[in-house]
Amino acid sequence: MTEPLLRVRDLRTYFVTERGAGTARAVDGVSFDIFPGETLGIVGESGCGKTVTSLSILRLIPEPPGHIRPGSFIEFEGRNLLTLAPKELRAIRGNKIAMIFQEPMTSLNPVFSVGDQIAEAAIVHQGLSRKAARARASEMLKLVGIPDPEERVDHYPHQLSGGMRQRVMIAMALVCHPQLLIADEPTTALDVTIQAQILELLDRLQAELGMAVMLITHDLGVVAGTVDRVVVMYAGQVVEAAPTKGLFARPAHPYTEGLMAAVPRLDAPRARLHAIPGQVPAATAWPAGCRFHPRCPFAWEKCRVEEPPLFDTGVPGHAARCWLVTEPARRTAKA
Amino acid sequence: MTPRTWLALLAALTVAIAAVALLRRRAARTPAGREFFRHPPAAPGLAVLGFFAIVAIGARLVAPYHPAAQLDIVGLQNQAPSWAHPLGTDTFSRDTWSRLVFGARISLAVGALAMLVAVTVGSIVGAMAGYFRRWVDAVLMRTVDVGLAIPRLFLLLMIAALWEGLPLPVLVLLIGLTGWFGTSRLVRAEVLSVRERDFVAAARALGAGPARVIFRHVLPNAAAPIIVSAALGIGNVLLLEAGLSFLGIGVQPPLPSWGNMIGDGWRQLAVAPWATLFPGLAIAVVVMALNAVGDALRDALDPRREVT
Repeated sequence: MTEPLLRVRDLRTYFVTERGAGTARAVDGVSFDIFPGETLGIVGESGCGKTVTSLSILRLIPEPPGHIRPGSFIEFEGRNLLTLAPKELRAIRGNKIAMIFQEPMTSLNPVFSVGDQIAEAAIVHQGLSRKAARARASEMLKLVGIPDPEERVDHYPHQLSGGMRQRVMIAMALVCHPQLLIADEPTTALDVTIQAQILELLDRLQAELGMAVMLITHDLGVVAGTVDRVVVMYAGQVVEAAPTKGLFARPAHPYTEGLMAAVPRLDAPRARLHAIPGQVPAATAWPAGCRFHPRCPFAWEKCRVEEPPLFDTGVPGHAARCWLVTEPARRTAKA
Repeated sequence: MTPRTWLALLAALTVAIAAVALLRRRAARTPAGREFFRHPPAAPGLAVLGFFAIVAIGARLVAPYHPAAQLDIVGLQNQAPSWAHPLGTDTFSRDTWSRLVFGARISLAVGALAMLVAVTVGSIVGAMAGYFRRWVDAVLMRTVDVGLAIPRLFLLLMIAALWEGLPLPVLVLLIGLTGWFGTSRLVRAEVLSVRERDFVAAARALGAGPARVIFRHVLPNAAAPIIVSAALGIGNVLLLEAGLSFLGIGVQPPLPSWGNMIGDGWRQLAVAPWATLFPGLAIAVVVMALNAVGDALRDALDPRREVT
């Protein structure tokens, strides 16, 4: 297999909370790889560390209160991003690794035209002239499928709809043809039809530009259609990692099963929508043992005491952090 | 006064009023513009400022005499207002109207430039403190605390005492460099809120450095309070300059400013009240106009009002 583009090893990002409420271990020992040209999905509920993971990669965690623990390791093109000088890091941000944010409504600067904002990364990284940057901006608008790009270049964010703004955000991120695009819930703030368009657009651009995409979402439906491999996160940890097909065919972790059961289905209209009981616990006090045990239907004594490692399930590339992998009989006994 | 100067004066008045009327019609198209002119004093205030600005720029056309010309030290001393000297003459037989017009040049220029210095320094300091936080914030804001604790007038008196006849650029710098403390606090507060907005994170994710983020993304979105504080601040600077000039350490004679006109004339208050009354009136009217415009700007640029 080829070398991974991005290698994350044992990433721990902690936040020191005020008034002695303790340290929030938002990301607690996460490891995964992204290979050139592939799409990796990162899935999980709100508060399980997806966004903090992505912000940590670009070192955009506000410090203080946050900090990335020593011992964490994020390798991109053979260099550890966590030890780069600020200047070298800025040369990577927006140039080789770009990011699009959740909220297209607030992620654009209201006082500049969209053309100015799209051109910004090109001016910063490639030293383009104003005129060339403007031409590049309208080219990018065309690429992301905005009609009348020549005219739209001079429009301000408030003149565009949510879907158009998200397209502008994508155009901004792709100006320098990055090798890795981190998309943090790019469709959450949009309505369903626009969601599909944006995902289709990302898919097309990925094929055209040959970049890798890290797609963060809480929606397994989004994952099923667009992603090569999936990493499921819970409570700051990776609980399951697998190729998309394998994951949907045979989920190994009860949390993944719960997430799948929570997706509304068209072929079973009468069934009541399944919900995983309880909530993600606070990051300042993860439960002992397996972090999912208070919400797990299969949990037994061992789960309450001993934290499971990431087991290989036997299927290539499929791993799960669950004791059930070692005692599959318990699953069938319960069902 | 010759018919030519009366004509020039009339022209200045017409241009000022016409400009405001035109501006008002254009402003009606935007919500912020409508909000601005909804204040009754805003339009007259703007007209007053426009009038004085035009008069100051075209001082040569509007003033019949050289401001320092002593016309007839015996015959024209302390003359009451008349057709020849509409605002009278002072104790050195100089034409008060001419001095008032050239004084507007100095006073308004000192006010505007000093405010520009203060706003620039205040914005940069405030933006740095608010953006970098931590020790940068602590150091800069404690400096501001010290600056605010020192009485400004005494500080200026002290520095001025070291100079013999303060050059005008130095006066501007002195007033500007002692007047940015309040602005920097205001800007810091605004920057603290703007820096948390998503587009700032987006700009950082694009690889923009701190200078680019501050000047392109943060400060333009914090401009409203800066503009308002500048508009309201010019009035204060104008008063300060007048006070310093009255004390004899501001604008040095024979250059006329509204402050040193009062300083020159107050001894003759009983004989020739016009020599102090008119510059005093000019200061009061301009400061009132600035406050009216500043208040209207504050409402027009209020970020809490949704801009659509």
